[in-house]
Amino acid sequence: MILESLEVDRDALAARTGWEVKPEGACKGDMCVPLPDGPLDARVLSERLGMALVADEQRGLWALGPESGGRALASAQMPDVELPDRHGRPFSLRSLRGTRVVMVAWASW
Amino acid sequence: MWQALREELRPKGIEVVTVALDTGGVKDAGPWIDAAKPEHPSLIDEAHVLDELLGIVNVPSGVWIDEAGMLVRPPEVAHPGTSVLRDMLREHGVPKDAPPIMLETLAEASKIRVDPERYADMLRDWDAHALSPDEVVARSRPRPPEVSQAAAHFELGQHLVRAGDLEDARPHFREAHRLDPSNWTYKRQAWSIDDPLQGPSEHYDGDWLTDVRAIGAENYYLE
Repeated sequence: MILESLEVDRDALAARTGWEVKPEGACKGDMCVPLPDGPLDARVLSERLGMALVADEQRGLWALGPESGGRALASAQMPDVELPDRHGRPFSLRSLRGTRVVMVAWASW
Repeated sequence: MWQALREELRPKGIEVVTVALDTGGVKDAGPWIDAAKPEHPSLIDEAHVLDELLGIVNVPSGVWIDEAGMLVRPPEVAHPGTSVLRDMLREHGVPKDAPPIMLETLAEASKIRVDPERYADMLRDWDAHALSPDEVVARSRPRPPEVSQAAAHFELGQHLVRAGDLEDARPHFREAHRLDPSNWTYKRQAWSIDDPLQGPSEHYDGDWLTDVRAIGAENYYLE
């Protein structure tokens, strides 16, 4: 996720990475990693979750990569994903709960 | 392309959702979606969020999600019972005025090992092919630290492209390619911004034809 400061917004973190900040720490699926109290610092997330933190110092930007050290899927729970259609209308995959879904990624390139 | 299979699967309680992984967003993916006239949700992921969340490294890739929102198959090559490229070539042949790079690319692409019927047949027999949560996780892609670094560089590159600074985006794309060389999504997305045919350029060490030949076209979907 792109950051304009090293303080990470909890809602944005959850939406972009699937990691939710709870009283017990950063959690995804059944896994929770303890975090210190106070503002959510990208450097702490990077260290504790193995998320790469890459800086573009010229622009004052950072990118926080996904957690590492395991598999791409930390659990089989499908993360909440909301993406727009071609008219910009947001669509939440959660709205299809109760239905089996095959989701296919393609590209124009 | 998925519409026909969707009409067959919908009565079985399976919905199709297609997602375009396109940094160019509606500008690039929109005309394809308009032409396909999908009745199923057809979405656009211009930030390549799904690459990171699920470990998608090539297209077309599909995942299965059950009624409770659990993944029961991880990302894998997904054709709807047919291959668009091969169907187009069969129907229209190779364009007579195609540039040499396109002819070479099409010749190499024809060597890629695909079994377009397999995925559609699996979907028709969902219960027999749904996996346990442990199997889904175990079959997902390994993510060592360099893959996380590649993702961060790729995202910075995309951010800069959207900000109109392709020149400064390229070093981040090059770094993503170096760190995660088997991620075709990172490569093809970046190459295509400079050249829709993804041919050799001064900006990148690799290109589609060279990189596919290096691994062997038959391994394109097996890496």
